[in-house]
Amino acid sequence: MDAWQITAFTVGTACLATLLMLPPGLLLAWLLARGRFRGRVLLDTIVSLPLVMPPVATGLVLLALVAPRGPVGRLFARAGIDIVFTWKAVVLAMAVMGLPLLVRAVRAGIEQVDNRYEAAAATLGAAPLRVFFTITLPLARPAVMAGAVLGFARALGEFGATIMIAGSIPGSTRTLAVAIYSFAETGRDRDAGALVAVSAVIAFIALAASNWIISRQSSRA
Amino acid sequence: MIALDFRLWQGSFTLDIDIRLELPVTALLGHSGAGKTTVLDAIAGLRTPGSGSIAINDRVVFDSRAGINVPTHRRHVGYVAQDVALFPHMSVRRNVLYGRREGQKLELATVSRMLEIEGLLNRDVPQLSGGERQRVALARALMSAPELLLLDEPLAAVDVERRRRILPYLERVRDELRVPIVYVTHDRSEATQLADEIIVLQEGRVIEREL
Repeated sequence: MDAWQITAFTVGTACLATLLMLPPGLLLAWLLARGRFRGRVLLDTIVSLPLVMPPVATGLVLLALVAPRGPVGRLFARAGIDIVFTWKAVVLAMAVMGLPLLVRAVRAGIEQVDNRYEAAAATLGAAPLRVFFTITLPLARPAVMAGAVLGFARALGEFGATIMIAGSIPGSTRTLAVAIYSFAETGRDRDAGALVAVSAVIAFIALAASNWIISRQSSRA
Repeated sequence: MIALDFRLWQGSFTLDIDIRLELPVTALLGHSGAGKTTVLDAIAGLRTPGSGSIAINDRVVFDSRAGINVPTHRRHVGYVAQDVALFPHMSVRRNVLYGRREGQKLELATVSRMLEIEGLLNRDVPQLSGGERQRVALARALMSAPELLLLDEPLAAVDVERRRRILPYLERVRDELRVPIVYVTHDRSEATQLADEIIVLQEGRVIEREL
């Protein structure tokens, strides 16, 4: 077992997944917090779905979408990009499962921003996108940080959707969570135990970092 | 010239406004809850009337029949709200420059000298006193080169002593920059000092106009 490779791979893909979920996550949070449009409740429900559906079920839906003959996978296949059972599938599964947590945290943060600042910016000639990036987002920064940490943490521990679309290929798609399951399954309890310890250390660091960020933000405010 | 002719449901009564403002400074006078702020919100595009039309200097910014509703950021209206709403995460300088329009003539130096905020530019918003905030908010609105300035009780939170010092700034804005002003207040002496015309609102209707 290469504990280092598994750890680095997991942290790396979780970082990529966090970056991948940020743009759509911020946009969705903004739409849900400030948007007045038909279908808002429906959008809210769809975004939150991975939170309540069994992750394995979400994984199966993703598999149907990004398989080489699936509606999304076909487009990538045409460009010569395979997703299923590669590291890209790991990142995708992590991002989809972390997204609802990110959106929820950021949305709550945006709802906390007093909209008189946004109104003032609009009277000063700022278009909605500029208002979002210069007023809303900076004022909601603590929530964005907290949401990103939550999404990252969820990505680190992702199992169900990952195993469906990325499998457990040593050295290629095997993350900490998947590796722990695979080792325990095949009786390699010591390897599994070592990875549990690694997971605990990473979780500890992530939590400490997020607490530090939050306390620094609130002391500045 | 500002032409207002609109109806806006306001909770307990319907605001029903039909006036043309043609003088440099108009004061909207009335008790709290008379609908004064709602009139400013409607002009700025922050609230949408149920029906009617609004024109600023012959530019129609709202017309329910023609389906025109120009968004706030394209109305070129400077609005100093009662709570001034300075951006708390920016320095005073960045606040004042936030709305600066390309190719506008007004210099930061001119505005900050006129409103005596030169010494405040490098400060953070939380360090400012109430009167300083109001001068900065006014400077910020002026730097966006507005075609019309809406001021909502800009001196309400200021004590009498400070008020006596701030009023001259507003007179300078009126005299030197020649931006038309719609000024909301419930203080008649403030209204008479500054305004060319006073419009008294009650329960969403104009009950009196005096020059």
